[in-house]
Amino acid sequence: MSTVQTSMPAQAAAAGEPSFWSRLSGNRNWAAFWFMLPTAAFLILFLAYPLGLGVWMSFTDERIGRAGAFVGIENYQWLWDDSIFWLSVFNTLLYTLIASAIKFAIGLYLALLLNRHMPFKAVIRSIVLIPFIVPTVLSAIAFWWIYDSQFSIISWSLIKLGVIHSNINFLGDSTWARASVIFANVWRGVPFVAITLLAGLQTVSPSLYEAATLDGATNWQRFRFITYPLLTPIIAVVMTFSVLFTFTDFQLIWALTRGGPVNATHLMATLSYQRGIISGRLGEGAAIATAMIPFLVAAIAISWFGMQRRKWQQGSNND
Amino acid sequence: MTDSTLQSKAVAAKAGGDDSEGMSYLESLPRRLVTLYLPLFIILVVLLFPFYWMVLTSIKPDEQLIDMEKFNPFWVIHPTFKHISKLLFETQYPRWLWNTMYVAVGATFLSIVASVLSAYAITRLRFKGAEAVGVLIFFAYLVPPSILFIPLASVIQAYGLFDSPLSLILVYPTLLIPFSTWLLMGYFKTIPYELEECALIDGASRWQILVKIIVPLAVPGLISAFIFSFTLCWNEFIYALTFLQSTPNKTVPVAIVNEFVDGDIYKWGSLMAGALVGSLPLVILYAFFVEHYVSAMTGAVKE
Repeated sequence: MSTVQTSMPAQAAAAGEPSFWSRLSGNRNWAAFWFMLPTAAFLILFLAYPLGLGVWMSFTDERIGRAGAFVGIENYQWLWDDSIFWLSVFNTLLYTLIASAIKFAIGLYLALLLNRHMPFKAVIRSIVLIPFIVPTVLSAIAFWWIYDSQFSIISWSLIKLGVIHSNINFLGDSTWARASVIFANVWRGVPFVAITLLAGLQTVSPSLYEAATLDGATNWQRFRFITYPLLTPIIAVVMTFSVLFTFTDFQLIWALTRGGPVNATHLMATLSYQRGIISGRLGEGAAIATAMIPFLVAAIAISWFGMQRRKWQQGSNND
Repeated sequence: MTDSTLQSKAVAAKAGGDDSEGMSYLESLPRRLVTLYLPLFIILVVLLFPFYWMVLTSIKPDEQLIDMEKFNPFWVIHPTFKHISKLLFETQYPRWLWNTMYVAVGATFLSIVASVLSAYAITRLRFKGAEAVGVLIFFAYLVPPSILFIPLASVIQAYGLFDSPLSLILVYPTLLIPFSTWLLMGYFKTIPYELEECALIDGASRWQILVKIIVPLAVPGLISAFIFSFTLCWNEFIYALTFLQSTPNKTVPVAIVNEFVDGDIYKWGSLMAGALVGSLPLVILYAFFVEHYVSAMTGAVKE
């Protein structure tokens, strides 16, 4: 940067008066402006502007087909007294916490398994990722059929095994419905966690394990004192992503239950869609969506902290 | 540490793991069976069962679907292609498939072009505030569609793009650009400066350097970004659900959820066929580019 800026005036003095154009085209800031333009245009028009607009809309009573007037925090006051909204907040937190915890546990376990030496390793790894490739809605439809109240294959198998006597009403009973959507979410999320943690595991040098084994470390000690500390930074990042995407999940719930039975599986995102788009009260829907932002900011702050810590651990700047 | 060193370390570790059996000789076979193969087998069965069920249901005749006493539900006798042919010839499914493909290709192409330009500017032009711009783009990656769809619906309405696949082509890049930019930044950083300096001395412009040197060297990164973006587009649901209203304009995920759900007890065959046909293009693409896909996924997280 400094080289160019200092050499440019010297060049200009030698060559006489440079044209405005030649000075401009030599300027890297000007070139960078053009290079950044498409990205900036997309992100400002369709991301930053709507983000601000959403916050603004949450303070209006806009409806579909009718411009809104500023109503202050009326939407939020309305939501504050709305038990369904609080139920959706509770559901979202429950869904995020349980699903993320299980995804982490199974994902880490699967990553440790996949990191071991075995035949057909590459093939098995590729197969593991398939649930992550297939569009969520399409696999959710398959789960919908698996959870069918009459023809569920799970109910059928359990009845044949003599565990239960009548069909389980997977998506009709609130507890079962919550468990079912969490299971489907875990099923979809485990491959992502496992494959990214596996990539982290592969950077751990095998000689550390050999040294620890010579020192008489048990399996658990090897995991606790070698694997876990070295993996902490990548765990922080992966789990932040996982929490973020689980918290804002929409499509799985919409395909499976649409928030039912009796709002037992309504997440904030699905409630926002129902109030904002289906009922047409855009202002209220935007208020629900805006209420998710504080949670997201908290998750992002944790992610940021995790990455700073990684840079610090590695003792170099992450350019 | 840069992404490249991490990746090369990962490759080295992987190669090391494949060449030697490491410490695994310390374990006896029965022990490995219980601690490794059995849990792995169970997890794989659970992960794959929904797909097996999807395939099985889509080729099962109707009477076998609802009679679970006479026929073993885990197998099929006299498979039929009735559901799939009904799907392809009696519904608008090909149209939906085409819409999805059109949107995914369009949005991916736009995002990759924009990402190559911005990633190059951030890593190589080192303009004022390049670092800050990189961080902002990372934050853009973290903004979920679920909080944007309502204001975006009114923006799309205002631009007169409502119910048009073009709206999705313009909106999806906001999901794809941040990811692709970070991925490509990692690849661009691994290309030596010297190449660029030589070209500059030979009188190449920045544009020529980008097109003739940087892009050809970053082809693996471009493939990764392409596959990942394409998969994300295919998977996206909430924007498509909000912006597209008329039946012929819908994408596959939205159409499956909205158009097939009638009260018919025999709907399951065609539903599963729809889900299967909608998943196949991605699975085939994935099968060809597994390594690129994995490096895209892990690269973005590590960065």
